[in-house]
Amino acid sequence: MQRRHLLSTFALGIALSAPLAADDERYITLASTTSTEQSGLFADIVPQFRETTGIDVRVVAVGTGQAFEIARRGDADSLLVHDTQGEEQFVADGYASERLDVMYNDFVLIGPSDDPAGIADADDALDAFSRIAASGSPFTSRGDDSGTHRAEQRFWEEAGVDTTGGWYRELGSGMGPTLNTAAGMDAYVFADRATWLAFDNRQDLAILFEGDEALFNQYGSLLLDRERHPHLKHDLAEQWHQWLVSDEGQAAIAGYAIDGEQLFFPNAGHH
Amino acid sequence: MPIADNAFATALTLIVTLDPTLLNIVRLSLQVSLSAVLIAALIGLPLGASLALWAFPGRGAVVVVLNAFMGLPPVVAGLMVYLMLSRAGPLGELGLLFTPTAMVIAQVVLVLPIVAALSRQHIEALLGEYREQLASFGLGRARMMPTLLWDARVALTTVVLAGFGRASAEVGAVLIVGGNIDGVTRVMTTAIALETNRGNLALALGLGLVLLLLVACVNAAAHLLGERARRQMG
Amino acid sequence: MNDLTQPGMPRTAVDPMLPLTLAGVGFAHRGQHLLHDIDLRLGAGRTLIMGPNGAGKSLLMRLCHGLLTPTSGTIRWNGRVPNPPLALRQAMVFQRPVLLKRSALANLTYVLAIRGCPRRQRKARAQAALERFGLAQLAQRPAPVLSGGEQQRLALARAWLLAPDVLFLDEPTSALDPAAIRAVEEAVDHFHHSGTKIVMTTHDLNQARRLADDVVFLNAGRLLEHSPAERFFAAPESSEAAAFVRGELPW
Repeated sequence: MQRRHLLSTFALGIALSAPLAADDERYITLASTTSTEQSGLFADIVPQFRETTGIDVRVVAVGTGQAFEIARRGDADSLLVHDTQGEEQFVADGYASERLDVMYNDFVLIGPSDDPAGIADADDALDAFSRIAASGSPFTSRGDDSGTHRAEQRFWEEAGVDTTGGWYRELGSGMGPTLNTAAGMDAYVFADRATWLAFDNRQDLAILFEGDEALFNQYGSLLLDRERHPHLKHDLAEQWHQWLVSDEGQAAIAGYAIDGEQLFFPNAGHH
Repeated sequence: MPIADNAFATALTLIVTLDPTLLNIVRLSLQVSLSAVLIAALIGLPLGASLALWAFPGRGAVVVVLNAFMGLPPVVAGLMVYLMLSRAGPLGELGLLFTPTAMVIAQVVLVLPIVAALSRQHIEALLGEYREQLASFGLGRARMMPTLLWDARVALTTVVLAGFGRASAEVGAVLIVGGNIDGVTRVMTTAIALETNRGNLALALGLGLVLLLLVACVNAAAHLLGERARRQMG
Repeated sequence: MNDLTQPGMPRTAVDPMLPLTLAGVGFAHRGQHLLHDIDLRLGAGRTLIMGPNGAGKSLLMRLCHGLLTPTSGTIRWNGRVPNPPLALRQAMVFQRPVLLKRSALANLTYVLAIRGCPRRQRKARAQAALERFGLAQLAQRPAPVLSGGEQQRLALARAWLLAPDVLFLDEPTSALDPAAIRAVEEAVDHFHHSGTKIVMTTHDLNQARRLADDVVFLNAGRLLEHSPAERFFAAPESSEAAAFVRGELPW
């Protein structure tokens, strides 16, 4: 009785683990940012890419810093992030052979709708950042070395603001959790528009400042270096890389909208 | 509590309509956690029994390490497995990162110490009771093991369930080594984390309720089995 | 290996184990000397080991059975050093029977399995043993819920299936009511009549009078007397044994 029991348990285990192994279809692993994944963009455009090429794209969505690290270690076939400086450095360091502009969206400053810092009528983005610091209103920062966090830090630096005060809350979280926290404590927060549009738990938060060109958020696709990581699916990855900047890919990006509002603006061929 | 009401409605809708995405996520969650628990049990039960049966130099140290690993934060386990399976790591050649297999490995790392450490305690207690009689039958330590494992089965089932609870509830490890890829490595807990991040609290809580229901069902089944066994065996 | 095809038929006749001889056997645990310099020779029949509490009776039996190893002295079975095949020709029943957490029947098929009895014979032989010890009605009952007397009879039935040449019993009746005690004594008789050597400890003077062929008397870890039962009860050699027989030594 004992033996039969063990055998059936074992068989159950085999049966359960079998589907885990069957995995011969064509796919690439794409390291990208949480903001792109959480905006729902990939769920919309990847099926279109698969339709055309038969290649599936498995998205590992992490902060930009971690995305770079995953690609550096050879754990992803392709990389799509939004930190132009970092991307160019990545190419210069020899990890990627090519970087292409794909699309942009923009960052927005979000805060409690009564706007205690009065940033709604700020002259420009720098002025808005300065007003938040001057008012001492709470500000939640992602603090996770993501592209959004890096962009935010550049604004504080340019505005000459010291962010060590108690009003500045560094969370070490993704965009979503940071928005959740900001909603909970009625804090200002710097976010990408796409994540904001797809975000449901807004409570009293609203967009208070937008439109400054300095808030431009450029996304780039990187073709990883063939020699550094020969095991990667470079051919499939290159098809994805080229499709993103093709007319079909650009149209797919332009066609993604939430409640009629376009989230990403294709701009391949610039630069 | 509009979010909570909404969550119950969402959860109910998901379950009643047998939402295919939800079913897929539940199936993968069960596959990963059950595989991990099965492997952890196949290794951990004999390991725990061996630690109870054999005295060897350094056994105390092994027991202390196992007990310490019982409290290993899932993120740390995930990070360790990530570094092992990453292309730049020692097992990178296998190409297992961001696959369900990687998630199974990470959960084995989490569950094995629990199964081994707790089964050692139970087997040791039972051995105290049985040792003289089994020795009188002429059984050596190796031949005592199957008897002990079988007769401690009620307690060991609880141990394995505790392992299943830890495996199915953790998010840190599978998120790192699985990557939360839609349709490939997205399980209940990482889906809940993602929906929370998207501010979709109702759906997140709905998924949480489904997870709770699953774990409750498994534990209820085990409880009933245990009660039956206890009634039978006094 | 033990021949299990004929339960209850020990092999003593063809390959005698007895006599059991102890020479200068002592046992110390954590610096405490619990048994001193025991010289003893046991032949066939029913040996009862008696003595007040803490005399070392159970300890002496565990040394003979091989559950413990003496710290000094030697134990020989018909001149042979104790070894695993010889150990398999012995069985022991404990004061509190150790039964597996399984049904009464499964407790019996278990020992048949570990002794290599073919699977298809196990159930029938286990049933027969249950019947012999009046437990047939309880076959499917979990062992842990049986009464103390039933448990002890089940332990005896289990020992019966091992067909031992030597059976050790460590105060098998000390926790039982009179009816259960009688059943255990009858079971011991079964073993005795089938040729099994009985070594048993007891507190019960009357039981000793009923069962003993010879008596080993221990006090404070020393062997004071080993004599035929009649002589022991009629005219004990040592003053301690005399006091014990009169019921004046504390158990």
